[in-house]
Amino acid sequence: MTVPTGRSPDPQSILSLFDPCTGCGERATGVCCCAATTACKTATIALVGNPNTGKTVLFNALTGFRRKVANYPGVTVDIGEAPIRGSRHDLELLDLPGTYSLAAASPDEMVVCNVLSGRVSGRSRPDVILAVVDASNLRRNLYLLSQLLDFGLPVVVALNMLDVARARGLEIDIARLAERLGVRVIPVIATDKRTLPPFIAALDAALAELRPPRPAPLPSVIEQSAAQLAASNGQLSRCESLRVLLDNEGYAEREFLAHGGLAAELAAARRLLETAQIDGTAAEIRARYAWIDNVLEGVVARSQHGRSTWSSRLDRVLTHKLGGFALLLIVLCLVFQSIFYAARPLMGAIEALFELVGAQATQLLPEGVFRSLLVDGVIGGVGSVLVFLPQVMILFALIALLEDCGYMARAAFMVDRLMRGMGLSGLSFIPLLSSFACAVPAIMSTRTIADRRERCVTMLVIPFMSCSARLPVYLVMVGALVPDINYFGGLIGLPALVMLAMYLVGIVVAIPTAWLLRKTAFAGPTSGFLLELPSYKLPRPGTVLQRAYSGGRSFLVRAGSIILVLNLVVWALAYFPHDAAARSVVEQQAQAADWGPERLRAELDAQQLRDSYLGRLGQGIEPVLRPLGWDWRIGVSVLASFPAREMVVATLGTLFNLGESSGGGAESLHQALQSATWIGTDQRLFTLPVALSIMVFFALCAQCGSTLIMIGREMRSIAWPAASFFGMTILAYFAAWGTYAAAQAAGL
Amino acid sequence: MGLVHAPREKALRVTCVRNSGAFGRRLMEMGLIEGAVLAVLRRAPLGDPLHIRLGDYELSLRSREAELIDVSPL
Repeated sequence: MTVPTGRSPDPQSILSLFDPCTGCGERATGVCCCAATTACKTATIALVGNPNTGKTVLFNALTGFRRKVANYPGVTVDIGEAPIRGSRHDLELLDLPGTYSLAAASPDEMVVCNVLSGRVSGRSRPDVILAVVDASNLRRNLYLLSQLLDFGLPVVVALNMLDVARARGLEIDIARLAERLGVRVIPVIATDKRTLPPFIAALDAALAELRPPRPAPLPSVIEQSAAQLAASNGQLSRCESLRVLLDNEGYAEREFLAHGGLAAELAAARRLLETAQIDGTAAEIRARYAWIDNVLEGVVARSQHGRSTWSSRLDRVLTHKLGGFALLLIVLCLVFQSIFYAARPLMGAIEALFELVGAQATQLLPEGVFRSLLVDGVIGGVGSVLVFLPQVMILFALIALLEDCGYMARAAFMVDRLMRGMGLSGLSFIPLLSSFACAVPAIMSTRTIADRRERCVTMLVIPFMSCSARLPVYLVMVGALVPDINYFGGLIGLPALVMLAMYLVGIVVAIPTAWLLRKTAFAGPTSGFLLELPSYKLPRPGTVLQRAYSGGRSFLVRAGSIILVLNLVVWALAYFPHDAAARSVVEQQAQAADWGPERLRAELDAQQLRDSYLGRLGQGIEPVLRPLGWDWRIGVSVLASFPAREMVVATLGTLFNLGESSGGGAESLHQALQSATWIGTDQRLFTLPVALSIMVFFALCAQCGSTLIMIGREMRSIAWPAASFFGMTILAYFAAWGTYAAAQAAGL
Repeated sequence: MGLVHAPREKALRVTCVRNSGAFGRRLMEMGLIEGAVLAVLRRAPLGDPLHIRLGDYELSLRSREAELIDVSPL
């Protein structure tokens, strides 16, 4: 087969993307180079490419808009959008999920096809496709490109990662590649800022003379059947009709039938293939690769063989039979150790700051409802949540680090066999691991799991993983109540071990839950595990810092809005009714019994809590809480944290600090918890069994509105998030009961 | 010879891919078609999946799916 040579630009075939400038006639938008203003039209450019081609890095570099970037296949799961900076046109760039093919195997990949076909409501069809192609892996990357040429939209290729290609001894004849493909090919190294201005200039030039694409030729029977299907329906592009025709029971077929496509039309078109005795799928793929081999003939020169050898050598160690798992465990241990210890100095600083502010406010303001609101409600509440910001950011940074350097994909590779035991695959490992940071993005990242049943089960067990919002609870309980004993010469301490145990509780429960779900509601065959293992590379500090920043920011937004509001509600419920008569009764008692001022203060606080609305509510449910070792104040804190579990720390702070006029912060809360007693007795409230039962409850309970909403949205179901909520709460209750009983029996 | 039984670190040529549904299609789209050159690099610590090099990139594949693929020494 010969590839047609590139035609010289034919003015007739140039697509008019922009209106001609009223001044000089050049096609542009906004202010033209001749300074005359033209009719303003924004062109939308869709950024499409394989996973791991630096697509999102390029998006960030071109737009300056910061979004999630990682060296792991399929991290981009929703559509990012931002204007390109530095272009003389008004260009809007869409960042689409990475995909290997448009024969969608997951909802994520269907998004790409739908956007490019203009089938996403509220979003007009893009004007141009900017295909990101990895220069170090041209053959596989051109497969997707061959499908992109089917949409009829003009295509421009961004040939990325030329530095990697060069390091592997590959030299690419870019001019010849462009001529063979019939599209503009612009070289770029997305990670190297110096290559960006020439790239944008070349893109601007390319946009001024776009030509219709030349699709790769397919076997004539396939072309005929696809044309017949398109003609009978009248709405399908070449690409769509190919996908509906060739992907048996695929996402495209499902959407075609769901949107009024006729099964009879499809059957008729497929009959043409049957009559010709052609396996359409295999024939299409072979034809595309034959086209690719023709395109690449004489385009790539190899000066040395193979890929970076140090990545191979690293794999020999990091995925070693014994060493690999040992290293994985060490990596996980290090992650937890650094969360616990590395953040200490920063936390200390935040605590000190809030204590200072609280003390100042106490001195400046007269005693009364306003001071209590400000000091206990606002400063104390927000302060005791903010103090965990360093830990949250460290966790997000560490996960970003592991993803970006390529280790995360190896972790999935190593644990696939284990995950299969619970009916999942290594693909579920990344969402599950990310859910240690936050379940919400983790649930979104399950979109890369092709198998619907595996995906649903993964989503349902994700809330069992201890997310960063549970961390504050563990840290307070462990910090206040677990003795600081060190083992192995200070290598690991008892607090860190208890923390690790809490993380393990969720995992231990998730395994049988997933297995059970795969045997019952989501029974079905296991799907395959096809995962690209990208080369190791040094993580980019910018990417890691940006992920830490965005993780921290979303934590703060929660602390600043929903948590503050809830905290104020809880404060009000605890402060009102502020009964002067009841207080004077206590004061008379004090005079009669000759109590000192400290005793009087404590008695007044106890009376206030007992008689408040919150106290009455808590006392009402106390019988249910007794088996867990909890008093009503703990119960109230847990109740207050059902919308968002970070709330518990703030509520504990309010309940146990109320009236003490301290400014919040973990250390003072630690002391308050250590000295708290059952009301009216000298018996300590927070013993080790109580702390453990609280932690186990939080480890297993579904106390996060956002997660449940997200599960509902992704599963398109109300029943499943409801089942998840009630199931997890009941489980958490009985597990906490069991933990308390066992810990007491063990004499802890 | 089935890919499952192929020796490690040897260059192999794919002779046959038995297409099986969506997964078989994805295998072929990723470049695992007749004539492609690959090498089995290693197995995961628990014996499965396989780590293979295919052309210019590397991927992992379970034994069960590797059974769909026949190879011959290059």
